[in-house]
Amino acid sequence: MALALQTFPTVKDANAALKTAGTRYLGGGTLVVRAANEGDVSVSGLVRSTDPTLLAITVADGKIRIGASVTMAAIARHPELGTLAKAARAVGGPAVRNMATVGGNLFAPAPYGDFAVALLALDATVGTDDGELPIETFLAGRDDSHAIVTSVAFTLPKADGFRFLKVSRIKPKGVSVLSIATVLEQAADGTVSSARIALGCMADRPIRARAAEKALKGKSLDQGGIAAALAASTEGTTPITDPIASAWYRAEVLPVHLGRLLLS
Amino acid sequence: MAKVPVQFTLNGSEKAEFIDSGTTLLNALRDKIGDTSPKGGCHQGTCGACSVIIDGELRLSCLTLAETCSGTAITTTSGLAEGGVLHPLQRAFLDTFATQCGFCTPGMIMAAKVLLDHTPNPTRGDVVEALSGNICRCTGYEPIIQAVLTAARSNSQNAA
Ligand SMILES: Cc1cc2nc3c(=O)[nH]c(=O)nc-3n(C[C@H](O)[C@H](O)[C@H](O)COP(=O)(O)OP(=O)(O)OC[C@H]3O[C@@H](n4cnc5c(N)ncnc54)[C@H](O)[C@@H]3O)c2cc1C
Ligand code: FES
Ligand code: FES
Repeated sequence: MALALQTFPTVKDANAALKTAGTRYLGGGTLVVRAANEGDVSVSGLVRSTDPTLLAITVADGKIRIGASVTMAAIARHPELGTLAKAARAVGGPAVRNMATVGGNLFAPAPYGDFAVALLALDATVGTDDGELPIETFLAGRDDSHAIVTSVAFTLPKADGFRFLKVSRIKPKGVSVLSIATVLEQAADGTVSSARIALGCMADRPIRARAAEKALKGKSLDQGGIAAALAASTEGTTPITDPIASAWYRAEVLPVHLGRLLLS
Repeated sequence: MAKVPVQFTLNGSEKAEFIDSGTTLLNALRDKIGDTSPKGGCHQGTCGACSVIIDGELRLSCLTLAETCSGTAITTTSGLAEGGVLHPLQRAFLDTFATQCGFCTPGMIMAAKVLLDHTPNPTRGDVVEALSGNICRCTGYEPIIQAVLTAARSNSQNAA
């Protein structure tokens, strides 16, 4: 299909061009060019920006900002983002990781969006030219979002505070049965003082497991302590069904994998 | 459809073409430039047959627009043999029967080349990981893994 690409040096100009109907932003192209190759006629034009800030990773005072065009491979090899390497490496095979961007992952429908699950647990903010939005607000409204995402920003949790698990049938790179990311803080006595749990494939986009988060507060990270959280983990979920797994299967195995992650 | 200029180095030679905007690199290479070594299997990013190396990184040419490659250096399997002598990876694929229909072979070789460029002495696990984006419907993968390990050994013997 004919698919003209327009390239702009600034995000501002690219944003203006994106207003034309049928126009989509080109990140790494792993989903949008694939859609065009498959004959998706809703995509008639592509826009991209070569603004260098889109490729920047900055780390200052424990606060990380990742430009929207940064690839999964660049995150996985960045010396100061070791905590996130596992989540970045969960996305596709080597060639996909060299192309897939952070910005694109925020828009990827389930079963994709593994890195966005990590960003949701990290309580990231999503930046556009118009300012920053909490990631949850962004994800809820992403279908109607017409602005170029320029960056994501978050505070790096303490060592061991962040955990990530992708469950897939084919190793090492099958798509997700589900993915889970947690950011946990523990009080001096070892009980959980705060918990954020994000789930992939348990809805059409990454979601928080709020009931499980609540049930984990004040509990210890052992079999008995996490039981209530596991029992509550499917609350509010609407898992997807695809060739990898049915909604039923995903709901059945979520507590098992969440349990393993919390006890790991 | 607007024609746009693209200019890149392909296997060491300068290429400059006018192409339709939105043309994939795979189509530009095969239909316009005449390098048919990258294969079009799925055009969806899943088979890896179209893999090429762009500025040292493995990429899927079916999902890459050619015009985004201006100024880059692209390597395809057809650029590996030098003076009629096969690259160690090509030799090893032949010697260990790692090719049956051969459709996946150029993509496999590109993925393996990037691995060996960065990790000259890979473990079996490294090879499996490096080839994980490439599908082969014929060989069962084991001969391919052996070929890459064999090429790595022959490389390190050459270096010694
Ligand atoms: C073989 C294969 C395997 C895959 N495996 C996985 C996997 O295991 N896990 C996973 O999470 N994903 C996977 N993916 C999906 C995809 O590669 C990733 O989700 C990737 O991060 C998408 O990013 P992209 O830059 O390639 O997106 P693109 O295809 O460029 O864009 C996707 C969508 O997001 C929009 N967009 C992109 N960037 C921006 C921006 N900055 N601002 C506004 N809109 C934007 C585009 O307009 C488009 O609508 C896979 C894809 C393929 C082809
Ligand atoms: S043709 Fe590009 S991955 Fe299959
Ligand atoms: S040899 Fe036939 S697909 Fe691999």
